[in-house]
Amino acid sequence: MTATGAHPAIRAIGLRKSYGEQVVLDGIDLEINEGTVFALLGPNGAGKTTTVHILSTLIAADGGDAQVAGCDVGRDPNGVRAAIGVTGQFSAVDKFLTGEENLVLMADLRHLGKVEGRRRAAELLDRFDLVDAARKPVSTWSGGMQRRLDLAMTLVGDPRIIFLDEPTAGLDPRSRRTMWQVIRDLVNVGVTIFLTTQYLEEADRLAGRVAVLDHGRLVAEGTPSELKRLVPGGHIRLEFADTGEMDKAARRFPGASRDDESLALLVPSDGGVGSLRSLLDQLEDASIDVDGLSVRTPNLDDVFLSLTGTPDSRKGAA
Amino acid sequence: MTAWPHVLSDSATMLRRNLRHMQRYPSMTLMNAGLPVVLLLLFVYVFGGTLGAGLGGVSVGRQAYVAYVVPGILLMTVAVGATGTAISIAMDLTEGIVARFRTMAISRASVLTGHVVGSVIQTALALAVVMVVALLIGFRPTTGPLAWVTAAALLALTTLAVTWLSVALGMSTRSVETASNLPMFLVLLLFLGSGFVPTETMPDGLRWFAENQPFTPIIETLRGLLLGTPIGDSGVIAVAWCAAISLVGFLWARKLYERDPAHR
Repeated sequence: MTATGAHPAIRAIGLRKSYGEQVVLDGIDLEINEGTVFALLGPNGAGKTTTVHILSTLIAADGGDAQVAGCDVGRDPNGVRAAIGVTGQFSAVDKFLTGEENLVLMADLRHLGKVEGRRRAAELLDRFDLVDAARKPVSTWSGGMQRRLDLAMTLVGDPRIIFLDEPTAGLDPRSRRTMWQVIRDLVNVGVTIFLTTQYLEEADRLAGRVAVLDHGRLVAEGTPSELKRLVPGGHIRLEFADTGEMDKAARRFPGASRDDESLALLVPSDGGVGSLRSLLDQLEDASIDVDGLSVRTPNLDDVFLSLTGTPDSRKGAA
Repeated sequence: MTAWPHVLSDSATMLRRNLRHMQRYPSMTLMNAGLPVVLLLLFVYVFGGTLGAGLGGVSVGRQAYVAYVVPGILLMTVAVGATGTAISIAMDLTEGIVARFRTMAISRASVLTGHVVGSVIQTALALAVVMVVALLIGFRPTTGPLAWVTAAALLALTTLAVTWLSVALGMSTRSVETASNLPMFLVLLLFLGSGFVPTETMPDGLRWFAENQPFTPIIETLRGLLLGTPIGDSGVIAVAWCAAISLVGFLWARKLYERDPAHR
């Protein structure tokens, strides 16, 4: 293990879990430093939720070791629980209570005291834009509002480590953006975030490190750009009206591959603005007429696909 | 597991939560009192004339049957309350909030304790309503205040036992529909005892069962405490049953709470 000076907030070695014959986690190693966002990416049934459940002391692992906030999840679950907050896939709110009562309930269970508990509840209602509905039963709220309340409840005790199990699944784009902003704000004050997601864009935007989980095994881990480098395929596609222009361009860009059938040239590129500008300059210099141009950058979709071998089923929904 | 210092305050917090549920959705509380009251009126005014004639004691008739049936109806109130308990715990477990509680540093027993104490309070309210109606239709306890207090204590103990059992029953299922059916056997069990007719009138096998099942000694003790009939060893047996059922219900419920949430 090569921890670089900082304490790991979460460390797991060889986590295993089976339900009967079905192996859900097949030896997972994780090391997540304090104050970072870690995303566990994987298709449905990969074992993401099971991992969160084990690390948040909800269920016991069959094998392996895990420490969260320096406490062993098996031997000192209350030590872990005192340091963490969990927001799961399904709204963990009390629908019979009002939003305010839900937050005060959390404050009471965190033993914040009556005055401090109310102050904290009011502050979170304001922060999550829930003041207007605060005194109405949560059962009358929209799904997006319930999810916001869910996260607000997780934040009541100022946990140092927060688990977010698919926090934006099923949210509309605006609520998703709000959620992302909240996550960034939390990281800014030093909170460690363990995020699971099926949304590749989400991992790309939020996480410093991403691990790809498939069939209970980690198949890749690294920064989003490191992962993107695992798959080739970034290029700029130039389309031409006739073969003459295409030949001229092909001489100019010797590394490009030709697609004679559709009169297109694929120029390898990182897809950045700089390389695009230089390519356009070169076309201008050589006065080559281009009919059409498109940029294809490798994204985590490609990583996902090439690593897990299954198309991401939720891509359309994203 | 280390003893967590907040058992009492966490349990009180959970109790407040359960009481607020009841206050906001009073239909369950109303049903808990309403159903036994309807049964009481049904048994007294529809069946009471005939059943009372067959009691074969010193006094016969409808008024005698009121006195006879009230202890059984009181236990019916407890059994109906148990159904509500099983439903509310099963509903709670299908919501994500209990999973959240499990990931928090709170006393593990507090969630269950909140449900149990809340249900006991709910059933106590229903018992009070049923008792008032019983008094209105002519039920007259013949004993003194000390015996009445003892009867109330026995009812509380019985409610506690039945509630712990129904919490466990409610948790043993993953669907609210199943949970709502489970305590029905308690209602049925009540009819197979001395609550509505004397066991002497039953065929041998059934009579043996009726005399040895837990509700009968409780009913006989209540009857003695309210009406002065002989109690004999029923009191000791009643308390022993309550203690045993409470313990089994508590241990079972705690085990179910500790188990891994069902894998989805």
